[in-house]
Amino acid sequence: MTMTTHANAGLRPEELRKQFPALSRTVNGKKLVYLDNGATTQKPLCVLEAMDRYYREYNSNVHRGIHRLSEEATEAYDSAHETIAGFIGAHSWQEVIFTKNTTESLNLVARSLLPTFKKGDEVLLTQMEHHSNIVPWQQLAKQHGLVVRYIPVTDEGILDLLAARKMLSAKTKLVSLTHVSNVLGTINPVREVAGMAHDHGALCVVDAAQSVPHMPVSVQELGCDFLAFSGHKMAGPTGIGVLWGRTELLERMQPFLYGGDMISSVSFQDAEWNELPWKFEAGTPVIAEGIGLAEAARFLTGIGMDSIQRHEQALARHACEALGSLKGVRIFGPRERAGLVSFWADPVHPHDLASLLDQDGIAIRAGHHCAMPLVVEVLKQPALARASFYLYNTKEEIDALAAGVKKAQKVFG
Amino acid sequence: MDLYREILLDHYKNPRNFGKLKDADFEHKEFNASCGDEISIAVKLDASRKRVAELKFIGKGCAISQAATSMLTSHAKGKTLEELHNITKEDIFKMLGTEVGAGRIKCALIGLKTLMRGVEQWEGEKHG
Repeated sequence: MTMTTHANAGLRPEELRKQFPALSRTVNGKKLVYLDNGATTQKPLCVLEAMDRYYREYNSNVHRGIHRLSEEATEAYDSAHETIAGFIGAHSWQEVIFTKNTTESLNLVARSLLPTFKKGDEVLLTQMEHHSNIVPWQQLAKQHGLVVRYIPVTDEGILDLLAARKMLSAKTKLVSLTHVSNVLGTINPVREVAGMAHDHGALCVVDAAQSVPHMPVSVQELGCDFLAFSGHKMAGPTGIGVLWGRTELLERMQPFLYGGDMISSVSFQDAEWNELPWKFEAGTPVIAEGIGLAEAARFLTGIGMDSIQRHEQALARHACEALGSLKGVRIFGPRERAGLVSFWADPVHPHDLASLLDQDGIAIRAGHHCAMPLVVEVLKQPALARASFYLYNTKEEIDALAAGVKKAQKVFG
Repeated sequence: MDLYREILLDHYKNPRNFGKLKDADFEHKEFNASCGDEISIAVKLDASRKRVAELKFIGKGCAISQAATSMLTSHAKGKTLEELHNITKEDIFKMLGTEVGAGRIKCALIGLKTLMRGVEQWEGEKHG
């Protein structure tokens, strides 16, 4: 089939797999088929080695020691910001803040922008947001009298932009949306939404947790004001996330956390804030994780984000065909999608499906995918099964998934 | 883990004590947000007010949650409230015929949790 040729022409998953130690293990005596990449991806050797090297050879704190190890660590950690800035097309490394994860990045934006909001101001989200892009705004709204509204999702699983246009007004202070839905796989037209937000004087925040790891992303091209993503979903370590923001906005914003390293001077009465990005990185930062994340970005760049996206989209098309050909399988989300497929395989509850697949060494996600409002209230499902792909997955693994689903349906048939 | 043996599938497809109970002394509902499992158990006590005369459940969700609750209700019928307090998660594993891993333990125990919360609330209202 053309899609297979297409995918293989860009990237060789069989070769790339060899660089991911965890992929060679077995589960229940079967070869691991890891299809839960939307939750977290496996890590390549180069990332593990980069972090290991830091701990073994130049472990020390950054930005303070006047000694060789600290200088080496500082150089590596600071330049990690530069690598990530390049990876997402940011103008300056000082616009790249390392946090704990996407969730913390979004909390940072919400908390630090709070003084600029007043009662009655509106925050516009979408119905397809992850909890991390709902709950922080919901809480601010409750505590400070803001109004949260949601752009609806159409039956096809895409954003209703006509409705969005009607919802935007002078009251709208901020629009925050996911770039790629972690449930539907929808790729949202961020550039268009950001333009609409700016036309009304609102800021635009992007949850890029499911896009930055899987496709070329340029913050300049998106035209957004903030972009948040996680390291562990892009072949990097856990414990590190990124917030990118425009310099002029970050400079005006209040710090999120207070303490060491985020100050330039402190007296008993007051403190002055450090320059960007350190103003937002209080305390000893995620040094090993920053070094690991930069290595992951180099690894992905070496493969090519275009190739990764083409490969994953070909896998998603193959999965839709393979699963869609099974009786009783309903696939959610639009035809044009990122590399993930959420589905319901009648009569098997997604949790039972996940348990049965696990017996064959196949790892998928089952549940509400941290997007309960979308899954329960919009799609009207108690839970969904999801297979999500990465650069190392193969067509054969998807065939194994489809066979496993068929087998599970038989058990319950 | 050989979780999906015939006995479990039988309880899932033909749940025992499924339905509504008229004149229940107490009823309690639990929801497992991570799965979407839902269980509601209604209990009617006998004249001594210390023993389960009748109980029924209504629920929806995965096979583990529904089958474990079906098995639990069969087990609980005729037991005293004191005996219900002594049911452990190991007892549930015994009914299921296997241990349940961390990923599914909430599913296996939602029935027990629902029943015992109901019992505790009833006792808390000074019926105990």
